[in-house]
Amino acid sequence: MINIKNLVHRYTIWESDTKKSKKTVLDDVTLDISPGQMVAVLGPNGSGKSTLAKHLNVLLLPDEGTVWIDGKDTKDVSALWNIRSNVGMVFQNPDNQIVGTSVEEDVAFGPENKNLPSEVIQERVADSLRAVGLLHKRKSSPFRLSGGQKQRVAIAGALAGAPKCIVLDEPTAMLDPAARKEVINVINRLNKEAGITIILITHHTDEVVGADKIILMNQGHIIREGTPEELFDDISILKAVKMDVPQVTELAWRLKSRGVPIRTPVLTEDQFAAEMMRIYNGDTIREDC
Amino acid sequence: MMKVEHLKFTYAKKTVDECRVLNDISFSVQEGEFIGLIGSSGSGKTTLIKHLNGLLKADSGTVYFQGQNIYDKKYILSKLRKEVGLVFQYPEQQLFGKTVLADVCFGPLNLGMTKEEAEKSAKECLELVGIGEAYYYTSPFDLSGGQKRCVAIAGILAMQPKILVMDEPAAGLDPETKYMVFELVEKIRKTRNIAIVLVSHHMEDVARYANKVLVLHKGELVLSGTTEEVFTKTDFLRQIGMDVPQITSVTEKLIQAGVPMTAPATSVKEAEDMIMKVLRERGGMK
Repeated sequence: MINIKNLVHRYTIWESDTKKSKKTVLDDVTLDISPGQMVAVLGPNGSGKSTLAKHLNVLLLPDEGTVWIDGKDTKDVSALWNIRSNVGMVFQNPDNQIVGTSVEEDVAFGPENKNLPSEVIQERVADSLRAVGLLHKRKSSPFRLSGGQKQRVAIAGALAGAPKCIVLDEPTAMLDPAARKEVINVINRLNKEAGITIILITHHTDEVVGADKIILMNQGHIIREGTPEELFDDISILKAVKMDVPQVTELAWRLKSRGVPIRTPVLTEDQFAAEMMRIYNGDTIREDC
Repeated sequence: MMKVEHLKFTYAKKTVDECRVLNDISFSVQEGEFIGLIGSSGSGKTTLIKHLNGLLKADSGTVYFQGQNIYDKKYILSKLRKEVGLVFQYPEQQLFGKTVLADVCFGPLNLGMTKEEAEKSAKECLELVGIGEAYYYTSPFDLSGGQKRCVAIAGILAMQPKILVMDEPAAGLDPETKYMVFELVEKIRKTRNIAIVLVSHHMEDVARYANKVLVLHKGELVLSGTTEEVFTKTDFLRQIGMDVPQITSVTEKLIQAGVPMTAPATSVKEAEDMIMKVLRERGGMK
């Protein structure tokens, strides 16, 4: 679905009106994402996550290297609109991406711009809103919705373009816990049920444990790539780039370092509870006696 | 230091959009306290903090600051706004000065400090937030996101507030920058003995830093107490759409499964000690 080879991106910094310099934000990034995968991108501020995301629907073009979306080179101007309709984007602040005066109008913005027949638009809007559980709000003003609902409208807007892939850049940063769950559930469902490829950029490590693959970025490089189990197997790498790990993962590591025979990595609460109960009731303890 | 009594507030009174936002809220803020204010979106958190420095006036109820009723006709609200510093969400969006120093001086100058006093205060606060002299004359817009936020916070601190109210100060920051901001707030609280009111959706952060927690739900103060008292009421918090720290939730599961721990933990360290104790008592661990 997405193939990136030796991607380099440099921003121009204007130091004064005439003097400029270049700053490398993505440095030799190579990455392959298969259709239907759910990929999480982790990394500190300034590590290049959002710049990478902007290459996926041609908001930016590579300075060096190549990005192929569904086999099409992003530098190929004739493929531009095809690529953009295949990659939907959702950003952090829901208020900044709402354009319509009603929910359905907002969601229809994308397909309307593509000049689709009215019936198709209506169908897509209804389907998209159904997918995010907001069909009953179709006539409401988007500004009267809660933060989580607004963010789901934004996802529906991306969906209405019928993309194969959705890129979400910190979609839950401004949401309360209940709304965060709503949004993460919708994202998971789109991935599992509709088979849409998901690229989720986030700082919340508890949102990435369900991903197929995690990419850890630092200073423009991919420094680690693997399944959640592989990545959380050695939390020292995450700690080295000052990323958080889920509290249960951290607790399991601390207990292990104090001699508790717990199997790491532990990624979820249930896993931790099961592991603890095994130790509490089980044989491994008796070996120590 | 501050006492809020029976506060009530309604938006858009006498219109079709009338909306009661705060209903009979009472609490107090003492010197040196770190208060966490939690509640789902729309519960009234932001409306409540706007009352703390008189940006909104309650329909009924009173706010006392250092014993004085702020709704008193003779009370000078600008004095209160100096004493109660409000840091809104994304405070860096409010930066506008030509230089970092000028931006931080803006507040104190408006409060009537002389140029010298304002600059002295600004420089102290910039040092406190870790912005060195080298940045004084750069444009605030050339800084990184985390630095911008620190400058914005310094702009409030330069007014020398006694209470610092912060609305989601860590939203959109990576964990490192987030901890930097929180550690900074802790440092200021300790060195200046000021009170902090932190509004946040992130229970882990609130549990880590606050020593008192207030829970708002649909405009009412439904729960308040020490951090342990509040977060161990896990069922209630979930019922009102709030979350508890993951560590609290998982230790609660262990207790339900029969592990003899007294109460759910609110920090990783606490959970670690509890589990080690249980395992030792079980006789399995050395």
